[in-house]
Amino acid sequence: MNYVVEMKNITKVFPGVVANDNVNFSVKKGEIHVLLGENGAGKTTLMNILYGLYEPTSGEIYIKGEKVEIKNPNIAIEKGIGMVHQHFMLVEPFTVAENIILGTEPSLYGGLKLDNEKAVEEVNRISNEYGLAVDPNVKIEDISVGMQQRVEILKALYRGADILILDEPTAVLTPQEIEELGVILRNLANQGKSIILITHKLKEVMAMSDRVTVIRRGKIINTLNTKDTSGEELAELMVGRKVNLVVQKEKREAGKSVLEVKDLHALDNRGVPALKGISFEVKAGEIFALAGVDGNGQTELIEVITGLRNAIKGKVLLEGEDITRLKTRKIIEKGVGHIPEDRLKRGLILNHTIAENMILGDHHKEPFSKNGIMNYDIIHEHAKKLIEEFDVRTPSEEVNAKSLSGGNQQKVIIARELNRDPVLLIAAQPTRGLDVGAIEFVHKRLVEQRNRGKAVLLVSLELDEVMALADRIGVIYDGKLVGILSAEEATEKKLGIMMAGGKA
Amino acid sequence: MLSIIIAVVASALRLATPLIFASLGGVFSERSGVVNIALEGIMINGAFFSILTTEFTDSPWLGVLVAAIVGILTSLILAFLAVHLKADQVVTGVAINLLSASFTAFLLEIVWHRSGQTDPVENAIRAKPLPLINKIPIIGDLTSQLTPFVYLAILAVIVSYYVLYKTPFGLRVRAVGEHPRAADTVGINVYKIRYICVMISGALAGIAGSALSLGAISLFREGMTAGKGFIALAAMIFGKWHPVGAFLACLFFGFTEAIQIQASTLGLGFIPSEFLQIIPYVATILALAGVVGRAVAPAADGVPYEKGER
Repeated sequence: MNYVVEMKNITKVFPGVVANDNVNFSVKKGEIHVLLGENGAGKTTLMNILYGLYEPTSGEIYIKGEKVEIKNPNIAIEKGIGMVHQHFMLVEPFTVAENIILGTEPSLYGGLKLDNEKAVEEVNRISNEYGLAVDPNVKIEDISVGMQQRVEILKALYRGADILILDEPTAVLTPQEIEELGVILRNLANQGKSIILITHKLKEVMAMSDRVTVIRRGKIINTLNTKDTSGEELAELMVGRKVNLVVQKEKREAGKSVLEVKDLHALDNRGVPALKGISFEVKAGEIFALAGVDGNGQTELIEVITGLRNAIKGKVLLEGEDITRLKTRKIIEKGVGHIPEDRLKRGLILNHTIAENMILGDHHKEPFSKNGIMNYDIIHEHAKKLIEEFDVRTPSEEVNAKSLSGGNQQKVIIARELNRDPVLLIAAQPTRGLDVGAIEFVHKRLVEQRNRGKAVLLVSLELDEVMALADRIGVIYDGKLVGILSAEEATEKKLGIMMAGGKA
Repeated sequence: MLSIIIAVVASALRLATPLIFASLGGVFSERSGVVNIALEGIMINGAFFSILTTEFTDSPWLGVLVAAIVGILTSLILAFLAVHLKADQVVTGVAINLLSASFTAFLLEIVWHRSGQTDPVENAIRAKPLPLINKIPIIGDLTSQLTPFVYLAILAVIVSYYVLYKTPFGLRVRAVGEHPRAADTVGINVYKIRYICVMISGALAGIAGSALSLGAISLFREGMTAGKGFIALAAMIFGKWHPVGAFLACLFFGFTEAIQIQASTLGLGFIPSEFLQIIPYVATILALAGVVGRAVAPAADGVPYEKGER
């Protein structure tokens, strides 16, 4: 068999954790091979070993049949391995060409002068060779995320990579960009490049890959041909139990209006209009989803509703009461719960304990504090109760929020917000970066809120999520609402057209 | 009138010269991601050791060389603490400033057995008319009032610009200052680049110190930098972390000081000198507040780099 990568009996032990346990993993020439596993399953560790960022505790690596010791990324690059990191490694104020050549710059006069012309020429050459169109002279900060990813791939190709590792490449892309990436990767594979995709998204596995290796808790569960398996089977292998990919939801009549947004206008951080007259309402006992491509005003809308940004025109009513000019604390007290889109920046204080994070916003109130002095006994009791109730996987309530996995961090936030029993729950991209098990949990909780007769405003970039959860769907484009569809009317195609600004 | 203008321009250039060296030092250090508050302290060391060397060897240019070397040695304290041990760069810089001020005052006591200031060295670096050029009207008059340090400073600006923007090394320096992890993943040694840049910064600030003592008043006086290191930092910010920008900012600051000194001859005696003194600082605050186009620091400026973390 023509294997370009063979990792044999790889074990990696971190203090206290076995991240990879006797792992065998191999990749054929010219295939797209997915490494599938939940967050923390050990897939990134395995790839970091292959790329020379970690040394394995034991085990052997063969590249194109030759036994190698990859002690650092330079050796990996030399052996033809390239890695596209989840968080792009691009210097924003530099041009595309500068980023691609950085570290192996073409130069004149023995390194005394950067050869810019040669750099641009080289970038154009590889860009043509692999059909990855880029403008070498634009700055990274001025191009889209999809284009930046293309630059990352070119960076690896420029260094002569024929084995490409992509770590969660679709996490930051729009549906269209994901499709484009699929085409790019298939072309590269057809030209003989071998591609390893790290992901936990089943849809992409099925759409993009030739083979898939499932890893769970550091152990390889199985390697399968993609065409011989199904999303359901992979989900079960990955999580280790049956997973409900379909959200269970009974039909129910919506009640009175809870949130009313009337002709709302607001500016973004640069002072450019981001909301241009948005009106909609969310009723008790329904999930109203706001679909749309990232950056069309979703962030600003949520900030205005939650009091984090000022509206320049229009009104926000909560149960008939005007809350447009209220401070965030007052809005929380009126019964608005908020799961922020960026849990690391706005949802949690990472260097505070879980217990402290669970009372954020209520910290100034009894029983958690009295006369300005915190009562930590009660705070810890409270946290223990919520950890139990929301199944947060943590050694104790006293560890810092930073050390939890993404799914468990999200559970901490959801526990805090739901504990206040809000009449309106705003969930902004509540499953971003979460694995299948955690997504299932979040979805269940949102539907539960709805079933209890509360209003839920869901903002999501994932069409699947929107269609699975929503009773009604509003599509936002360029700061305006293109239209509102009921769950029955909505199809992926209709929503797709509306998301691009067209009328369905 | 013409001779007064020439005198003011010459004086502005001379006053700007130490600032130019020091702020170029700041540009190198901060472009690589290390905040160099220690410029002030490195300058005072350079000022002292250039005079000391000249006093005992009678060779001012050897004095300049020693100032640069002492600057590098001082900057190595910053590099070791801030790059290697990842200590807070601002606190480290302040410590170096305090240490250097006391250290030079102490050595003054040891070598000259007195405090306050040294005697002037005989063989300082002074303004000299240039052959041929001094025959040209105006330019001849102007150049005859300039010290070789002025030309060296202008040369340093050109070389710094070229190194930072036209060489592979410069590209790497700027990459390390903006996104060190990106640089690391393409095989650039972040620590090495930062060490080199802090050392270049030290050499330039050391020379700046020698320009202040050897190139101006021919002696060393305790605390003679009097905040010039910080003005150089301000010039660097005002010049948007760019060698040419920093150069122009230093010239501007040099002019405000020259005008302040010559205020009465220029018929500007009615402006309080304190007012002219605050101009560099007000200009810097305005630059930071975004009045003259926003001044944006390199993204990783002041952030110690942690290699691979789990």
